[in-house]
Amino acid sequence: MKIVFYILVFTAFLSCSKDDSNNESEQYVPTPLALDVPPLFVQKILPPVIPFTNPQTVEGVSLGKKLFFDTILSADNSQSCATCHAPANAFTDATQFSDGIDGVFGNRNSMPIFNAAFNYDEKFFWDGRSFGLELQALQPVENPIEMHNTWEQAVSDLQNNTQYPNLFQLAFGTSIITKELITKAIAQFERTLISGNSKFDKHLLGTATLTPQELNGFNVFMDESKGDCFHCHGSDNNPLWTDNIFHNNGLDAVFADLGLGIVTGDPADNGKFKSPSLRNLAFTAPYMHDGRFNTLDEVINHYSEGLQDSPTIDPLMKMVAQGGVQITTQEKADLKAFLLSLSDYEFINNPAFQN
Amino acid sequence: MKKLIAIVVLSVFVFSSCVEDEVPALQNTNVSLNFKHNWDGTSVSNLSNTIQYTNEAGNELSIERLRYLISDVTFHKSNGETIVVEGYNLIDVTSGENLSYVTPVQIPIGTYTNVSFTFGFDNTDNTEGVYTDLNSASWNVPMMLGGGYHFMQLEGKFVNNVAAEQGYQYHAIKAVDNADPMNLVFQDTFFTVNLGEVIVHNNSLVDVNMNIAEWFKNPYQWELNDFNSMLMPNFNAQVKMYDNGQNVFSLGAVN
Repeated sequence: MKIVFYILVFTAFLSCSKDDSNNESEQYVPTPLALDVPPLFVQKILPPVIPFTNPQTVEGVSLGKKLFFDTILSADNSQSCATCHAPANAFTDATQFSDGIDGVFGNRNSMPIFNAAFNYDEKFFWDGRSFGLELQALQPVENPIEMHNTWEQAVSDLQNNTQYPNLFQLAFGTSIITKELITKAIAQFERTLISGNSKFDKHLLGTATLTPQELNGFNVFMDESKGDCFHCHGSDNNPLWTDNIFHNNGLDAVFADLGLGIVTGDPADNGKFKSPSLRNLAFTAPYMHDGRFNTLDEVINHYSEGLQDSPTIDPLMKMVAQGGVQITTQEKADLKAFLLSLSDYEFINNPAFQN
Repeated sequence: MKKLIAIVVLSVFVFSSCVEDEVPALQNTNVSLNFKHNWDGTSVSNLSNTIQYTNEAGNELSIERLRYLISDVTFHKSNGETIVVEGYNLIDVTSGENLSYVTPVQIPIGTYTNVSFTFGFDNTDNTEGVYTDLNSASWNVPMMLGGGYHFMQLEGKFVNNVAAEQGYQYHAIKAVDNADPMNLVFQDTFFTVNLGEVIVHNNSLVDVNMNIAEWFKNPYQWELNDFNSMLMPNFNAQVKMYDNGQNVFSLGAVN
């Protein structure tokens, strides 16, 4: 009976213990790394989204950066992520469509990569088909018109590399490389790509002065009777300059690309694509999901006079029957000047983001 | 036998010592407000571009986006005391987010002569740019219209008087006359919704119904051919929204 008594007491006390600190102290822990969140972001919007399964670390970000710029992920070692997502172009490229390793072109414009950690719904790609950066990064490696590799091959190449097993050991505590760890590292690097230091940001912080034309353009942007851009593209209170939501912005009466409709299967979603951020437009031409507009002037003209009606056109697209919001030539010039003030030169030149 | 009793007594003592918090008496509870939406009794849940509703003025329309803000839920006791739950909830019918609002503080179980909330923000709460979640949801009102936040965004398309589909944006904000941009004139358009008597049980679920058709019905028959776009700077349209909103909400089931 005494034995039962002692076992019971011992078990009871064990059940009160919350953690096994002795075991944890022996585990390798990479160095935590906080994201460098701009002051306006801290002040205005929600914190970044960082999955608890993939915390930011110094070693993880470093590895992710190396992977991002390394051609080893492509089947013929000719392309890296940065081939289509170059720092100088705010992590997109300058062409309408991008060609993969076989010279085959896709049918969508490469998306710029910045402030991805603030995409709260975590839907990535123009059509939102991937949830989370980690899953997004899985796709290009095996896409036949992009890197055209297999994950088995990519993992094998990295495992047999002289440097990578040790770098994975440092980042994740294991030298056994998997595609999940590869995309975790890339996602960690991508989350550091934060752009929040444009002239307009500095204006809001009181460290830069906008020109009268830029201020007029901001008013056109915010005026529901003129540009009415703010309902989808942020404002001085939402420095992301996007709602990260999917809209049909009146590009076509008949859709060559169904966009979100392909993903959901709902005809009501046909022709809808994610609102891109208006940051860094100076570096990200051409514009729209299919890169159809080479200049900002073409983009503004589209919303002013070029809207095409269709069953799924967004209700926020005004005066569709007249082609759009019909702003004047001066208002267009002002709006363009304001939009360009959202470009962040320090971001594209940040040494931490270069190869 | 004595040893057995000792074991039982000690076990109870030891195990009970692991419980960190005393279980409170069931005097206070969370209350969930569940927001449900209908068009004159027909449930509205999955929004789409299908023209399927007809308003009081005879306009056929779709409902493609519906978001609205409620704040300061208040529980009124028979003795005149009130429990004000400071806070707000942005209900997004489009995405199905925040359709249920659990009061962030617990409410004493009992009978309340009235449960009310504010549609939108009152002037104290409608402070420019201070709510990071609402900023992140692009819920702001431009400073040229006084700043602060939207109260509602109801959008879709209607069949206009030339039989073509046309977008409408029924956006409710604090009414502002901006004829003189340097001297904006405001009129309050937030309002109190009184749901009536509610008996709060343990973990009560209180259904709040919005009849969307009422926004177009009473006292003004809302003619979408006249009022469809650019309504935020339209003072008269905002006042009409305020008037029509008075009978939009009602108390549903309480469990």
